[in-house]
Amino acid sequence: MQFGIMSVSDITRDPVNDYTPSEAERIKNTLAIALKAEEVGLDVFAIGEHHNPPFFSSSPTTLLASIAAQTEHLTVTTSTTLITTNDPVRIAEEYALLQHLTHGRMDLMLGRGNTGPVYPWFGQDIRQGLPLALENYNLLHRLWREDVVDWEGNFRTPLQGFTSTPRPLDDVPPFVWHGSIRTPEIAEQAAYYGNGFFANHIFWPKEHTQRMVQFYRQRFEHYGHGAAKDAIVGLGGQTFIGKTSQEARDRFRPYFNESPVYGHGPSLEDFSTQTPLAVGSVQEVIDKTLTFREYVGDYQRQLFLIDHAGLPVEMVLEQLEFLGGEVVPVLRKETESRRDQAAPANPPSHADLVKAKYGDSEPRQPRPNANRGDNVTGASPYQDSEGTQAVYPTL
Amino acid sequence: MTQETYRIVVVSAGVSNPSSTSMLADRTAQRAVALARAHGHDVEISVVELRELLPELPQALSTQFMGPGFRRAIDLLAEADGVIAATPVYKAGASAAFSGFFQVLDNDLLIGKPAVLAATAGTSRHALVIDQEVRGMFAYLRALPVPTSLFAAPEDMNDPALGSRIDRAAQELVLLMESGFARAVRGETWDTYSHEFGSDAGREVTVDFSSAVMKLAAGGTLPSQTSRNRDKPTTPR
Repeated sequence: MQFGIMSVSDITRDPVNDYTPSEAERIKNTLAIALKAEEVGLDVFAIGEHHNPPFFSSSPTTLLASIAAQTEHLTVTTSTTLITTNDPVRIAEEYALLQHLTHGRMDLMLGRGNTGPVYPWFGQDIRQGLPLALENYNLLHRLWREDVVDWEGNFRTPLQGFTSTPRPLDDVPPFVWHGSIRTPEIAEQAAYYGNGFFANHIFWPKEHTQRMVQFYRQRFEHYGHGAAKDAIVGLGGQTFIGKTSQEARDRFRPYFNESPVYGHGPSLEDFSTQTPLAVGSVQEVIDKTLTFREYVGDYQRQLFLIDHAGLPVEMVLEQLEFLGGEVVPVLRKETESRRDQAAPANPPSHADLVKAKYGDSEPRQPRPNANRGDNVTGASPYQDSEGTQAVYPTL
Repeated sequence: MTQETYRIVVVSAGVSNPSSTSMLADRTAQRAVALARAHGHDVEISVVELRELLPELPQALSTQFMGPGFRRAIDLLAEADGVIAATPVYKAGASAAFSGFFQVLDNDLLIGKPAVLAATAGTSRHALVIDQEVRGMFAYLRALPVPTSLFAAPEDMNDPALGSRIDRAAQELVLLMESGFARAVRGETWDTYSHEFGSDAGREVTVDFSSAVMKLAAGGTLPSQTSRNRDKPTTPR
């Protein structure tokens, strides 16, 4: 099972010392947090996507490429990439390039986002948000699997003979997660394609997450990708760890109370009782995290939110020491010993996907034909495809 | 008619103790019990005092985060055969505790359920709040308010006419519960309402796989663009 952290990239005033970091500081600190995640032995770093202050992460692939360039093991991913307001063609291109630059040490999570005003900024209509997300992924799926795509839909201009470049690394598309809080259609799409499903698992009681994951697993099986337990499930979560439970609560409480999302609402104690939030000693956080699999089954990726609500970078780095040094090693051991050995231990890596597609053969390495100027006439633009050479009309 | 046990949930937004709002709700509940028993039925009454839920209301409104009191109330309403809902009138409107409580419930919880609506106020000038404001909210929730609304200003409290209106509203509630309308709706027209996944206190988990978006989710395409884009504000690019 993979363990990692996810950030929403919020730049929030620290309510304890009334200090608001600059964008430059927060971006630099986020890099430091990601590098620390690798250093303490975590598996995954995920960044969200937002297009308004007080967030910085408008361009996730740029940040993730930089992180991957400075790390060796960390898988970089998103939480989430907006499948609504981004052109699926741009997603195909940007993430394929990220996949090459990271040598496959990446995947991505698609979501609809939580900020209504983003839609009109990118020329989209929020009333069509769900069909937009579904149709965009249907196109993205093809762009990564077909060299040449003819396509027509409802939300972007049609494509004729379009090739998204670069082709995915080893001609194996990145693994995709679909993130959703309450929409069965998104879980259905994840199941239909045999992709992963990620539950936010922060604001909601566990019954909510349990229902959606169960639905996804049933549909995954329905579509013939394997048994329900073979489905690839990820969970969010939120934690703050202290030397003692009292210390953890005391230190986290001012940030919780003024958190941008749930601040000025439920008490820390109520929220901890009724949602997955785990604030406490190392043992308490381990115990609570181990209960997650009891209601979603064996799952493959756990991402914690630990750097939000104005928490200063020093505290976040300290949290990473706790997580990597004391919490995750125990979680790894305990989840592995409890796992049904027939259920997948991890989400598929790039190497797994290459193996699944090619077995022991060499992966395809697409080599383009000479530039014809328009990239679309004739047959395949790649040398190893049928009808490799375009036939030019004679004058 | 077969003998049934009816579950009535009384929701009161009264705040003082004793509260005239809760007293009005209780009188209605007592009459409903008596009338149902006269018809050979048993009745279980549960009470939700919204005053006790007030500490949980802000979080429910801001983050749909339901505290233990809300969860209990929702579970009771999910199993209810009938509802008696009573609120004081403040500043020419239902109490914010009352409106807030019903605003955070999921839209499926009260479908087809008969409900007596009741209000109290310091002056009879507020008499129409119940019919013009509260009835509309229950219509949105697709509940079935009984024809007789109850309203009591101070001069009504000892007026026998209020007693007869309470009788009539309670009778209407019992008749509607006996009709089995809410259960029949669940059996016969439930799927024709729009539902959210996980609504109806978590019991609504059916999914219409034949819907256009579900087909799109399973790799399909949407039906013709022209019909779908009719109400789009901008021309698709």
